[in-house]
Amino acid sequence: MGSSRSVRYHSTKAHEGALAIGPREADTSERTGDAETVTTDAHRAIEAIWRIESARLIAGLTRVVGDIGTAEEIAQDALVKALEQWPTSGVPEKPGAWLMATAKHRAADLIRRRKTLERKYEELGRDAERDQDGKDLETAIDEDFGDDLLGLIFMASHPVLSKDARVALTLRVLGGLTTEEIARGFLVPVPNIAQRIVRAKRTLAEAHVRFEVPDGPDRVARLASVLEVIYLIFNEGYSATAGEDWVRPALCEEAIRLGRILAELTPTEPEVHGLVALMEIHASRLSARVGPSGEPILLLDQDRARWDGLLIRRGLAALERAERLGGAMGPYALQAAIAACHARATTATETDWPRIVALYDAVAQLAPSPVVELNRAVAVGMAFGPAAGLDLVDALLAEASLKTYHLLPAVRGDLLRKLGRSAEAGAEFERAASLTENVRERELLQRRAAECAAETNLESLR
Amino acid sequence: MRVLVLAKEGEQSKAATPPTPEAMADYEKFNGELVKAGVVVGAGRLSPSSQGKRVQFDGKKRTVIDGPFAETKELVAGYWLWQVRSMDEAIEWLKRAPYDGGIFEIRQVSQYEGA
Repeated sequence: MGSSRSVRYHSTKAHEGALAIGPREADTSERTGDAETVTTDAHRAIEAIWRIESARLIAGLTRVVGDIGTAEEIAQDALVKALEQWPTSGVPEKPGAWLMATAKHRAADLIRRRKTLERKYEELGRDAERDQDGKDLETAIDEDFGDDLLGLIFMASHPVLSKDARVALTLRVLGGLTTEEIARGFLVPVPNIAQRIVRAKRTLAEAHVRFEVPDGPDRVARLASVLEVIYLIFNEGYSATAGEDWVRPALCEEAIRLGRILAELTPTEPEVHGLVALMEIHASRLSARVGPSGEPILLLDQDRARWDGLLIRRGLAALERAERLGGAMGPYALQAAIAACHARATTATETDWPRIVALYDAVAQLAPSPVVELNRAVAVGMAFGPAAGLDLVDALLAEASLKTYHLLPAVRGDLLRKLGRSAEAGAEFERAASLTENVRERELLQRRAAECAAETNLESLR
Repeated sequence: MRVLVLAKEGEQSKAATPPTPEAMADYEKFNGELVKAGVVVGAGRLSPSSQGKRVQFDGKKRTVIDGPFAETKELVAGYWLWQVRSMDEAIEWLKRAPYDGGIFEIRQVSQYEGA
């Protein structure tokens, strides 16, 4: 086991509580006295400052102490100090520097203690692994933090971790979200998320995952893992797989923010820009894809005047950057190019469907999957008629991985309905409704099923 | 959430004094930090109000008024669009801006009405 685990820093449970409860209460509690107002204002300021500083703080500390768990604990100790002192002393002029200085002292302290302990181990003839070189501690902590942030991004998304673990750890250490906030975002009980994060940190330490910005052939796979995590966070916000809400914009915003930060840190990586483009363009439709009572509105039915032009422009610019860097055929850039086809069409009928089919062909060649085939079938149905689309969908019916995927019957229902086969279409929508975990989506599908039933009745009357 | 940060620099925008190189460098540094943190989604500096126009609506009547405008304290010299997680975060960022005068106003942009 690495030296980083040989001395445990004390528990952070209470600190998390302090952060999670303190500032949050400020919103709901009545402000009775001046002292209380000062306290709650300071707490809110501290929470905001933590959000701004925590990632860089944890990144710099991780480089020095070697593991995320210890780094986060030290950073949180500094936060607790702030919570104790700032409400009375006032927020310092440079709060980020204050937190950093406080954390630095703690880190130096910890490493000194670690060294003493290891010396004792050595005296006992034990083999103490060392990865800290003799560099002066204070200088080591002072080094450039831009690279550190990138190192932390790669570490939190390391392929040794499960997808769920990578997502939770990334939101925690890079997004500065509390366990409660992550749990709320993913509709998972708080203890599960807490467990997931603890285990993730342990796995990284046990696997001796190094704090580094990977280079060479390893970099491609490692970067793909980072991008996957960001996109997973985005998608969970964009079409929540379960629960009452159809979209959870906060998760989308968190993912886009991470993407934008990553794009600044790795400006020459085309796929990073491709992913940013994809997220920006999709996010431009966030307010158009939800109706007044929370029901989903599908792409072709959306009021395009409500699309966010600023995000579209940003997305198209990011896509251009990806293409200029030679990344037009990257999986994210391709999907962004498809999203861009929709973004460029002022009305649904102006959509360049043949181009979308061609782009899906490219995606299918690059990363063939039944879901891509299903999307391609939709595009083919729009470009060359519902019968052509239905042929492709029917070919997917035997696909095991799509057996419980609600969008397969939903798409099939749509194509059948366009072909005038309302009774069959209704049955497909019913089936789709029974397969989705999202309440809003289920309601939409049930409504479509009911419409098909009405059409069927009408036909039988003729 | 998205916020609009309005720089109400008052007289400065009317006079349109070009900022000193030091002030520009400080601004660039601060703006760079904001961009690196994924906060900035848009920004712009406005030309002096003497070049601006106002259109006043009164029933069916439209009256065009030429600048400069009198309410110097309310004159906007520039704006930022920021993506932040809370108004508190916006305040904390803005406090770090390298300005020694003027009033800056933060307003939330309404989004996701349906959500």
